[in-house]
Amino acid sequence: MAQSNTMHQILVCQGTGCESSKSAKINQALAEEIKRSGLSDSVQIKTTGCHGFCQQGPIVVIEPEGIFYTGVKIEDAPEVVKSSFVEKKPLERLLYHDPATNKAIPLYKDIQFYSQQHRLILRNCGEINPEEIEDYLARGGYTALKKVISSMEPTQVISEIQRSGLRGRGGAGFPTGKKWEAAYKAKGSPKFAVCNAGAFIDRSVLEADPHSVLEGMVIAAYAVGASQGYMYVLADYHLAMKRFNLAMAEARKRNLLGKNILGSKFSFDVDISQGAGAWVCGESRALLYSIEGKRGMPRVKPPLSVDAGLWGLPTSTNNLRTLASVPLIINKGADWFAGIGTEGSKGTAVLGLTGKIVNNGMVEVPMGTTLRKVIFDIGGGVPGGKRFKAVQTGGPSGGCLPESALDLPVDFEALSKAGSIMGSGAIAVMDEDTCMVNAAQGFLSFCRDESCGKCVPCREGLPMMVEIIERVTAGKGKPEDMSRLREMSDTLIQGSLCGLGRTAPNPVLTSMRYFRDEWEAHINEKRCPALVCKALINFYILPDKCQGCGICARACPADAITGAKRMVHVIDQSKCIKCATCLEKCPPKFSAVKKVSGEAVEVPKEPVPIAAGTGAK
Amino acid sequence: MVTETDVRKQTRDIIAPLKGRQILLIPAMQAVQQKLGYLPPEAMEEIGELAGVSTNIVYGVTTFYAQFRTKPVGRRRVAVCRGNACNVRGSERILETIGRALNLKVDETTPDREYSLETVACLGACALAPAMKINEETVGKLTTKAVEDLFPKKAKQEGTPEK
Repeated sequence: MAQSNTMHQILVCQGTGCESSKSAKINQALAEEIKRSGLSDSVQIKTTGCHGFCQQGPIVVIEPEGIFYTGVKIEDAPEVVKSSFVEKKPLERLLYHDPATNKAIPLYKDIQFYSQQHRLILRNCGEINPEEIEDYLARGGYTALKKVISSMEPTQVISEIQRSGLRGRGGAGFPTGKKWEAAYKAKGSPKFAVCNAGAFIDRSVLEADPHSVLEGMVIAAYAVGASQGYMYVLADYHLAMKRFNLAMAEARKRNLLGKNILGSKFSFDVDISQGAGAWVCGESRALLYSIEGKRGMPRVKPPLSVDAGLWGLPTSTNNLRTLASVPLIINKGADWFAGIGTEGSKGTAVLGLTGKIVNNGMVEVPMGTTLRKVIFDIGGGVPGGKRFKAVQTGGPSGGCLPESALDLPVDFEALSKAGSIMGSGAIAVMDEDTCMVNAAQGFLSFCRDESCGKCVPCREGLPMMVEIIERVTAGKGKPEDMSRLREMSDTLIQGSLCGLGRTAPNPVLTSMRYFRDEWEAHINEKRCPALVCKALINFYILPDKCQGCGICARACPADAITGAKRMVHVIDQSKCIKCATCLEKCPPKFSAVKKVSGEAVEVPKEPVPIAAGTGAK
Repeated sequence: MVTETDVRKQTRDIIAPLKGRQILLIPAMQAVQQKLGYLPPEAMEEIGELAGVSTNIVYGVTTFYAQFRTKPVGRRRVAVCRGNACNVRGSERILETIGRALNLKVDETTPDREYSLETVACLGACALAPAMKINEETVGKLTTKAVEDLFPKKAKQEGTPEK
């Protein structure tokens, strides 16, 4: 595909996020429009992977200008084409608007969400067509592999990675070079190189830039001497699998994968292993058992997987983002990489911003960037004018950190010191409407359901801990419950084989440590300050505000509301299931439904006529 | 009605192309489930035979992984994500609302086998939280209102759901 300088490109995001907003149809509509406008010779449509700014999807970018359109709909296609290529003036209404100033920002690079990032692992995401190897090659793809194969010994590759300080991005942060060295030295043949693509972020990278992962994987295999590789992807991640399969086929055609790679003696091929849905399979040993077709359970170490992994043979397992970093380190050098990040954590962190945050999506920052910068400067803070309350880092077994922890740097050491983890890179923001006891219960229940059942403290301890918290949120907590939870957490941490069991208590421990007041309110005062825990809240219809419209009574799924036209409606507290439907349905101009915890509201027992002169006219 | 022999034959046909592969058991189970919708006991026996393991092992793997089912499910499988991001954004309420709309609890199927309700650990569509999947289609940024629109009153059935 030759491109002259006058050639324009329309980049249409087809990551999972934008795709579920029908971006494939937008692509089609744009293509038809270009044809109709006779622009086929000068405008090319390119499908890309995720830009990371999923909140604003579907995303369309006009290159070479770098104009960034958000929330594009199918019917916008004619206007997008006309304004971009005929009138040559960006279409104002689809531009990203700065939430603070409400000013339109036409260019990609000027948007704060992007300008504050440092994109290494995501270097190609959203910019290349993941289904075209040419796009990747044009950006220097596979030059690292060529360099490695033509001029480096496996030991040189290993020492380069060791010097770079790269640590595993899967959660544990084990030094990658050290793992490779052990796998290189391990006795046994054949050896295996496995890539774990289990998390949301991994999926996005695999969808957007499959070749950099594949290149990293081939280099890893060369370094450790592996002849067979496995890409472990959840069976649900159809698009990621399709694109990786395509990438492998293209690479094989060009002799970048398969027998005698680039004419050398080194042969290596990869097969996809579809995970069948078990969270514990993020643990490397459980993952390997899963590939073997067994129940994915961890086992006692040693022997380590590098010595006795798949079918008892030496296996190097790396996270997808670790592998995607490798080609860059080889090309730019270990010193360059070691210059990014902090003392103990080198390079960048890819973070998935989720929860109560304005800019949901995927971002990449140097290790050591503060949580505050990530959540407020890049993430845009908490939506709806609500107050920030807590952030959970690393996934369901990460700790919940309070506002006072916002100046902590995002790196392996600092997060672990504060009681959380780097984990999967997930950043889940909670606002003032979140009850931290209820949140801890939710996260712990998730871990309980995902426990593989091998270690007794995890299998038996987690359900017991959930039971205790359920009692607390039901208003039946006892003063000794908190110390009991701490004791059980201790047993779990000491008595579990894998990371799931050892980290599962994190959300509970941090919730009790940083939000003690809230736990005490539940236990001692039977009150839920965030108005979340159903057993501790009540809904009332305020007689001075109710206009007797009856919307709430018709919507109530429990038939708990009585009333008639122009009568103050009343909720039967014994029937109320606390679903909050009435609160949502009551017209905002009345706002007659009130949610309370631990306080009594004076309301009539039976419907009464609306008092004259009150409420809305 | 599909007979036991049909299931055995179908299973053998589905898994035949996988013969000789190094990773076999789980791909075979996935292939069979994709065609039959679930893993009947006879299918497990056939798969075990091909993979050279006992039916016990196949059953053990079936119950371990969330993907595998031992009972038939509805034509429309509603899978609500309960991952971290969705949890924080209120997936619990979405699940309750869907449950009420369809008169189903988690892992139940409507008597006419039109809908079944399940939860998944993570759909990987965290930026669309709270999200769910209806068969292969991801539906994101759910609100209780969106749920009401998706499952109109007539979807609700009074009969006892199948477990």
